[in-house]
Order: sequence, then C-alpha cells, then structure tokens
Amino acid sequence: MDAERTVVPDIRSALTAACPALRDGEPADAVGGRVPLFVGSPASTAEASALLRAAAAVPGSGLAVVPRGAGTGLAWGLPPSACDLVVDLRAMDQVVEHAAGDLVVRVQAGVTMAQLASVLAGAGQQLAVDAPAEATVGGVIASGTAGPRRLRYGSPRDLLIGVTAVRADGVVAHAGGKVVKNVAGYDIGKLLAGSQGTLALITEATFRLHPVPDAVAYVTAEFGPAQRAAAVTAVQSAAGSALLPSAVELDWPPGTGAPGATGAPGATGRGLRVGVLVEGTSSGVAERAKQLSELLASAGGAAAVAGAPPPRWGQLPSRGTVIRVTFWVSRLDEVLEAVSAAGVSAGARAAITGSAGAGTLYACLDPGAEAGTAERFVRALRDRLEPPDPSGGASEPRGAVVVLTGPEPVMASGYGSLPGAALMRAIKDQFDPEHRMFPGRLGTLEGDS
Amino acid sequence: MAVQALIPRMRDICGAGNVITDPLELRTYECDGLTAHRTIPALVVLPGAADEVAAVVRACADAQVPFVARGSGTGLSGGAMPHASGVLVVLSRMRQILSIDPVSRRAVVEPGVTNLAVSKAAEPFGLFYAPDPSSQVVCSVGGNVAENSGGAHCLKHGFTVHHVMGLQIVTPAGELTWLGDGSGVSTGYDLLGAFTGSEGTLGIVTKIVVKLLPLPEVVHTLLAAYPSTAQGGRAVSDIIAAGIVPAAIEMMDALSITAAEAAVQCNYPAGAGAVLIVELDGPAAEVEAEVATVRSLCEAAGATEIRAADDPAERAIIWAGRKSAFAAVGRISPAFIVQDGVVPRTSLGAVLATITSLAEQAGIRVANVFHAGDGNLHPLVLYDDSSPAETLAAEELSGQILDACLDQGGSITGEHGVGVDKSRYMPKMFSADDLDTMQLVRCAFDPAQLCNPGKIFPTPRLCGEVPGHRRAGLPAVGHPAVAADQAEIF
Repeated sequence: MDAERTVVPDIRSALTAACPALRDGEPADAVGGRVPLFVGSPASTAEASALLRAAAAVPGSGLAVVPRGAGTGLAWGLPPSACDLVVDLRAMDQVVEHAAGDLVVRVQAGVTMAQLASVLAGAGQQLAVDAPAEATVGGVIASGTAGPRRLRYGSPRDLLIGVTAVRADGVVAHAGGKVVKNVAGYDIGKLLAGSQGTLALITEATFRLHPVPDAVAYVTAEFGPAQRAAAVTAVQSAAGSALLPSAVELDWPPGTGAPGATGAPGATGRGLRVGVLVEGTSSGVAERAKQLSELLASAGGAAAVAGAPPPRWGQLPSRGTVIRVTFWVSRLDEVLEAVSAAGVSAGARAAITGSAGAGTLYACLDPGAEAGTAERFVRALRDRLEPPDPSGGASEPRGAVVVLTGPEPVMASGYGSLPGAALMRAIKDQFDPEHRMFPGRLGTLEGDS
Repeated sequence: MAVQALIPRMRDICGAGNVITDPLELRTYECDGLTAHRTIPALVVLPGAADEVAAVVRACADAQVPFVARGSGTGLSGGAMPHASGVLVVLSRMRQILSIDPVSRRAVVEPGVTNLAVSKAAEPFGLFYAPDPSSQVVCSVGGNVAENSGGAHCLKHGFTVHHVMGLQIVTPAGELTWLGDGSGVSTGYDLLGAFTGSEGTLGIVTKIVVKLLPLPEVVHTLLAAYPSTAQGGRAVSDIIAAGIVPAAIEMMDALSITAAEAAVQCNYPAGAGAVLIVELDGPAAEVEAEVATVRSLCEAAGATEIRAADDPAERAIIWAGRKSAFAAVGRISPAFIVQDGVVPRTSLGAVLATITSLAEQAGIRVANVFHAGDGNLHPLVLYDDSSPAETLAAEELSGQILDACLDQGGSITGEHGVGVDKSRYMPKMFSADDLDTMQLVRCAFDPAQLCNPGKIFPTPRLCGEVPGHRRAGLPAVGHPAVAADQAEIF
C-alpha cells in the first residue's frame, strides 16, 4: 500500500500530461466489478496515443487498459482480469467528413449511432447496422454488433472501409482508406471489428453507407407450437428467395410450464413467429411484401403485412444468459431441436430469437437460471451442435455455440473450441505482447497469460 | 541447394509426375498475368489434396525454403511471381466442387476451381456466386481469396471477402486449420477477414466455403453514349444521388471504345466520347421502377443514345466491348500497362482531367476503362516496348496516375493487389507505423516469413520474440539482417 501511495501520484501526473481530461476512477466507473485507478477521456487520436504511451511506460508491466464507449456492450463478454485505466472515447464525438456523393462517412469513435443517423438522414443515407441508438460507433465496431438486417448488409466489418487505432504501445496505425474498393495492405479493420478492445483502441472509422430505402414493410407469419417444421420451411424459403428480404427473423418465446420435460420452447403453447423485412421503392416493396406473405402462408403460417416491426424485433434480453448459435440454414430444425433438448436435459427454459435466415440465433435463459443450469445447458448444446475438432477437421465447420453473457463460470467457457484459436492467440501476442488491452475479455482465446 | 534436397520428399508427397524440375518446364511458371516481372522458380509442385499441400509446406518450413502459391496465374500484380530459390505450389489439380447446400446457399470448393465454375454449378439451384472478376472463366477461387477479387458487379454485391464464409488453410508452419465457423458470423478475431486479400502471404488456401446468392429475378442493362466522360460521370453521380445502387456501372472512354470496336465489333454508338453501362438486377418489382429512373437520369445528363437489353443475348453484346477492353488495346498498341487505381467517386472527373494532361505531357496515349460506380479506374497506358525511352516514360506516367489517385484520397489498388508491382507505392499510402502494424499479422501467421516473401511490403518486419508469451511450436527466427545488425528487433 505504501508503495502504491507514492507511485500513484507519479503515474497520475504522467497520464495527465498526456491527456488532460484524466480523473481518478470511481465506483460508477467499474467494469465487471473492477474500479479503475484512472479514467482518461482523450479529445483526439494524438491524445489517445500519448495516453497509451504513458500507460505503457508505467514501471512494472504498464497499466491494464479498458476502452469504453457508451458502455452498452461492456456486460457482453467476460469482465477484465485487471482494470487500471479506463479510456472513455465519448469526448471524441465528431463526424469528421460525410462525403454524401461517395456514400462514405468518417467519424470519431465516440460518435453515437443516434448522432450519426441524424447527420446521415439529412442526405437520405444510413449506416446499415442495427445497434442501440446510444451505442458509440467505436463500441459497435469493437463488439461486432449486428441485428436483423445482417442478412442483407452484413456486420460492421463488412461496412468498415478505413480505421485509425492506437496500439497498446501508443503507436497510431491506419488501415484501409476512404474509398469503398481498396485492396492495398492487410485489412486491419476486419481484425479490429469484433476484437472487443483487446488488440488496439479504435479512435476513428470510415464506413460505406447505404441509401435509406423509400419504403419498408414487415411481413410476419405466426405458427402454432406444433408447427415448428412449417416455420423452418418458411424461414428457409424466405431467406433464399429472389425477392431479397433484408431480414428473416424467428422469435419463439419460452414455454411457461415447469422446466424439465415441459421446458422446451413452445411446450406449453407458445407459437413461433417468422418476421421478414422488405426494403425498397414503395411500389416494389408493396408487391414483394405481398409475394412474401404468400410464401409464408404457403408454408402454413398466418401471415400479415405491417409498416412497423413486430414486438421484440431485433431485441435481446438485457439480463440472464444469452448464447449465440450460428449454423447453416439447412440445419435450422436441428438447431431448434438441440435447443429444446438442451433445455430438457438441463432443466432450463430457453427463448429463441434472432436472424434465423442468416444462420444466427440467440438462446436466452431467464435471469433466474442458476449458473449450474446454464452450464449444463451450454454443454448439452455444444454436444449436439459442435464438431469435435473444429480447427483440424477435414469437413468445414458449420457454426458455433458462443456464450455472449451470463454467469461468470458459464462465460469462462464462452468460446468453446473455435477454429483458428491458436492463430488468434498469436495475433494477440503480436499486437499486445504484455496483454494489457482489456485483459481477460476473450478468455481462452487470449492464451495462457 | 536446400531446394534440390527437397525433391525426393516432394515426389513422395505429390507423386513423381507432379514435381517439376526440368528447366524448360519450370520456365513456363516464371510469371503470372503481370508479365513484366519474371522469376524462374527452383521447383514446382502440384499437390492434389489438402494434406499434400500441408506436407509440402511442412517440408519447406523444415528446410527454411520459401514457397509461393499459384492458382490459375491470372493475377495482375505479380502476387504469384515465384521465388528464385523457392518452391512454387500450383493448385490447379485441386479443382473439385466438394458440395453445394442450396438451402444454406453455401458451396465448398477446392482452391483451383475456376470462379465461373462455381456459378455454373450453382445455377441449377437458382443460385450464383457473386464476385465476377473479368478473368472469371479461368481465374481460380483460391486466387480470388488471395487477392480479395472484385469485378464489375461488386458495387452492389461486394468483394470476395463478403462471400467467403470459411477457409481451410495450411499455415506457413504446415498445419491445416479452418478459419471462420462457416456461418459468416465472426467470433473472436476475424481471421477470415484478415486472411482474405493477404495476397498469399499468410498461408495457402485448401478449401473455401462460399456464400451463394439467389439468381436475380430480372437483370436489365442499359448502354448510354455521351460526348464526354464528364457527362457520363454526371449520370453516374445522379444515379447514386437518387438512392439507387446498380449491380454495375462501367464507363469506357473514346480510345478504349475504338480498341474494343476493332477487337470484337461491339457496335457501340459511333463517335461516342464515352459509353456508360448500367446494370440493374433484383426482384422484378424493384428493377422496373429503377430502370425508368436510371433511363431518365441518363437522358438528363446528355446521353446521345440509349440502348436497353433485357435478355442474356442482348446483354452479352453490350458487355462484350467492356469485357474485351484490356485485350483489345493490344490491337492498337504494341504494349500497354493496366493500371488499377481508386478515387472517391466524386473525384472521377478531376482525376480523369489530370490523367489527360499527364498523358499529353508525356506524349503517351491512355485508354480509360473504369468501374465508375466505385471510383475504380483502369487506365491502360499504351506504349511501344521496342523503345526503351517510351517504356520508361510509360512506367513513369503509370506511377503519376497513382499519385493523382492518392492526391484525391484514393488507393493504389482496388482489385489487382499490391504484389511485387506496387510494394514501392505502399509508403505513399501508409506510414511506416501503419505498415509495421500490418506486419504484426504477418508475424503471427508466418514468423519465419517463408510464405510468398517479398510481396506487398517494401521492407519486411522482423518478427522478434514476444516477451513472456512465446509459444512452443513457432520456429526460431533467424534473419540475416538481424545478425548483420541492420534491423531492429521488436
């Protein structure tokens, strides 16, 4: 403690010299229960660079750095194993350049999705990512957030064309540029997208934009609890249709009976809803929505067309355990069966929701589920869905089971055995050799530190 | 020496008939589509399966011999140019389409499969593979992955990286591993995204999971003729401003029209200063509305003639001129350089004016063919290669064109890659720190730097030991420059 008392003021003054907006951490700044020593709010990439240089130079092994934006995604992933310095990007909130004629925008990382949307709307344009309005652009990139429209537009990595980031050692690096078509050099932006702040601090980003469509329509079809196979057919035929929907969602609330034998989704009478989003010209959308509702009806659902999204569209529960299951769409029924069976064997009730047509579903256990139940559920799901050797097998992997949030013991096994994990560890070691960037966030993917 | 010692092992792995040592035969592999750069490889091997590729690479890694992968050899930046003391790993025997899952809209293919073969195999299921580089009849999907290939239709449908869902690769240490979980959703680090477009420097692709798209209900193609590229450019801007994203927007200038006419008699409107090709695809209900809008915008921008095609035969006639353009200039010039630069779409007019004045100053003709929708220019610099002075002037002009692109905030390559051809331009686009950071990825995949060395980066980064986190299994790094104290170890 004595050593700390004498050292901390020195560190504070070094960090403050680099980044004037530096303050001591408070309980409200805690990330995953860890209160940081300091919170720095750089106003520019240069300040962020100086701050990380100063953090790296702290005697011993440097400071553990946790980047943050609005904090909407901080609970989605493992907590940091150490947290000395929180770097808050929210002061970097400038839309640097909106080149409307080029459908490109360059922004600082702290710009919120709402702020960006309002700037772009003036030109009839959008960043086609479904993310919380209060989330920052940097956070959306780092977390790889995507919602229903991922079927058409992909995820942030698909729209990011340029990036500026500060490495753990303070070095500023750019990759990509401000043109949509560009293959010069390695695409570091792709590597940072979804890296959860563990490789570098994203300070600026350039995105490809899309026009805001003239019209949208939501086609929904309700299927009874016994019509799972029909709902699966509806999802598969809508997603593969030349009518090109922008989203094909599935929503199946949990049964309300006791967990166990009756715990499978829908077991007590909840049905499945298939929701399809169509975007385009007003006449085109009306016609396509009509044809898609016929398609869903022919699968056996009660279809309707509306101008607004159905309830829970693109929403995930904010608490409890959320497990992302990715899969090939031809396996959808197998996935639904596996979630049901895992619920039965673990004694858990699971809601299923997500972009079924894009091969991404979320199994959500209610917040009351105990850690042991959630662990059993995840294990049962993995046993049914994951190949034994995803990295080295001769056949291609066809999906993964990943815990996004939940009780810590469940999160610790969050990534299971992902293809390429050894190379991921090598990437981490190269970018952040001392493992100071959001340490612990990626658990087993970070290696043995 | 080291390479020669590998021959028996390579014959064991690939079969004696698939190891080439004859100097004359080796010579046929001396270059890819960029013939200006040539190197005869020390050894060529043609493995027939993924585990053979892994064994070949392991043999190279054991002997510390560099290796280079090659698909169909159509690359235009020398990315597959061999290494003089290395092994060229030719993947053309691995050309099976392993499976197609029409419901999941996925195909699994070997790297030597040609780009067009994927779409042909998918067609009976009502699906297609979207990336369509002009060389799609011969270029390989493995090569497309290495180069992150685009094509005329990437404006709407994206590049190879948007269509690759999983890759089986042989790491530079010779291990087979999958990247990506096949679903298109990335978990952990997006190795798939980092690998695609890495120009063969991070490993060799042995299987590819690609996304297929539903064949569009309708395809409608318009050809509009203009007195000048400036007017054609106005039409492009107006179409984009109207919120329409066509499948393709291509433009050719007068000189490239003349060349195409001579080569394939595409019968474009006589005397046009520019032709614009706009293709719209998608659901019939959408495309009909868009075609009407595009047609009126094209007219408003001053089109002297507009032709429409809505069946495959008419469409093929319109595209014939465009697709033949590179080869066609060979008819009007003894030699030419295909340049590949990118500018923001709104800077097209400015950069074309700059190219015209640079060409006049140099006394060299430049034919312009470009993907106007995404600002990707392919100026064709025409020269007489029997004149050393003119050859030099053409190369200089070609470089000045890239400078002009960079001045507009553009890129030195939109789809052909950096390869050996443009590594010297990388420092103009990226800082030393940027390049150093990119090479961290190289160090993670290939610390010994045996995999397609000398490409992309003007100066290799030395991959030092990572303090405290060094893992067993990575080979020791011994670089001559370190011993000579010419380079800093990170």
